[in-house]
Amino acid sequence: MLKTRVIPCLLLKGGSLVKTVKFKKYNYIGDPINTVRIFNELEVDELMFLDIFASKENREINFSLLKDIANECFMPLSYGGNIKSVEDAKKIFEIGFEKIVINSNAFNNLKLIEELAEYFGNQSIVGSIDVKDTFFGKEKVFSTHGEKKERVDVVSWAKALENAGAGELLITSIEREGTWDGYDIELIKRVTDSVQVPVIANGGAGSIEDIGSVVKKANASACAVGSMVVYQKRGMGVLVNFPDQKRLEAILR
Amino acid sequence: MITIVNYEMGNVGSIENMFKYIGVESKIESDPDKIKNASKILLPGVGSFDTAMRKIKEKNLLEVLEEKALKEQVPILGICLGMQLLTNESEEGSLKGLGWIPAKTMSFKDRIDKKLKIPHMGWNLVNRSNNSSLTEGFESFEEARFYFVHSYFVKVENEENSILKSEYGLEFESAIQKDNIFGAQFHPEKSHKFGMKLFENFARI
Repeated sequence: MLKTRVIPCLLLKGGSLVKTVKFKKYNYIGDPINTVRIFNELEVDELMFLDIFASKENREINFSLLKDIANECFMPLSYGGNIKSVEDAKKIFEIGFEKIVINSNAFNNLKLIEELAEYFGNQSIVGSIDVKDTFFGKEKVFSTHGEKKERVDVVSWAKALENAGAGELLITSIEREGTWDGYDIELIKRVTDSVQVPVIANGGAGSIEDIGSVVKKANASACAVGSMVVYQKRGMGVLVNFPDQKRLEAILR
Repeated sequence: MITIVNYEMGNVGSIENMFKYIGVESKIESDPDKIKNASKILLPGVGSFDTAMRKIKEKNLLEVLEEKALKEQVPILGICLGMQLLTNESEEGSLKGLGWIPAKTMSFKDRIDKKLKIPHMGWNLVNRSNNSSLTEGFESFEEARFYFVHSYFVKVENEENSILKSEYGLEFESAIQKDNIFGAQFHPEKSHKFGMKLFENFARI
């Protein structure tokens, strides 16, 4: 059994799946339900859905879409996108999701994470942090899908989320996202060195070698993958796929 | 036809869909009169032990389930909390369980290494402890693995009732059986090909 989880991270915009590059250029991938069906056949061990506009537009969570997804998914699922309360979370879990991902709504309100962790247990709560270097080369944490600069640094915010009760952290490099250039190993390592909870590396995966190196060099517990599981190859058309289990096992050994 | 009992303890959509996917007919029922005609029953469950037992009683399902399980002896599969309900009692609550399989539901808390998180959540391996029609063909998998989410685990009184075992700080039953009554601690509906195999087996019993 693979000890490292490789998690397709699928982005929702409206009712569609999209793939972005550096949080921009929304490329249409397809219908979420059809995509989920393909991932079922590929025997993927876990899926993550992020509604990337929900917080930005302060929109209601699309529960009916989530329900359709959950009913078609034969693997564990997580969802992120404008979860604001225990009530929201309760509905998502009742629908059949196993984990929730919180990013923007934790800023200025760590209590939300505390309440969710208290109610549902740390294991169901994923704290998410998006990181980017500014024009002046200074690393900053951003919320609302890369729009709003926050006055925290990634390591202290990671610790704050952990202390508030996040059982897992999703660390995304905005500059790597959608580029196929590999994970930001230095960034992931800085986070894994300072927290106890498992860290999911995100942003930049282009090959199984990238997965291998972020696990070995940065101690990532899990790897989120985007472009490489929805495109045929870099610069080519949409093709939902997943790396061969045997090859993953070999590289992660 | 598999009758999935709906007693408001968790979403059963993906269970129904997995049966559809493998080409097995199923329907979701909460009416005791309809369950009376069931030829095969699936008892799901997510939530707490006492709430589940209370719901079963409130919805007048206890009598019909006992009739089906013990008198008519139709195949019944309890999953997750549904498996724990088959046991005599649980440390999670004070109500009695269905008691169809001599076993106890116990808490991981204070029994496993503090470093291990509770609930036990994630994929884990299973090992066969006794042959069963429910786990037929599992040997064709290099490693059979399933997705678990639970804070309580089951220990059987008689080893012969254990059909799969797993480890999480301690060894527990990941599946149990007594005659026509089966239980699985994991979520087959979230365990893609492994879950499908188990559901196919159940459909064939």
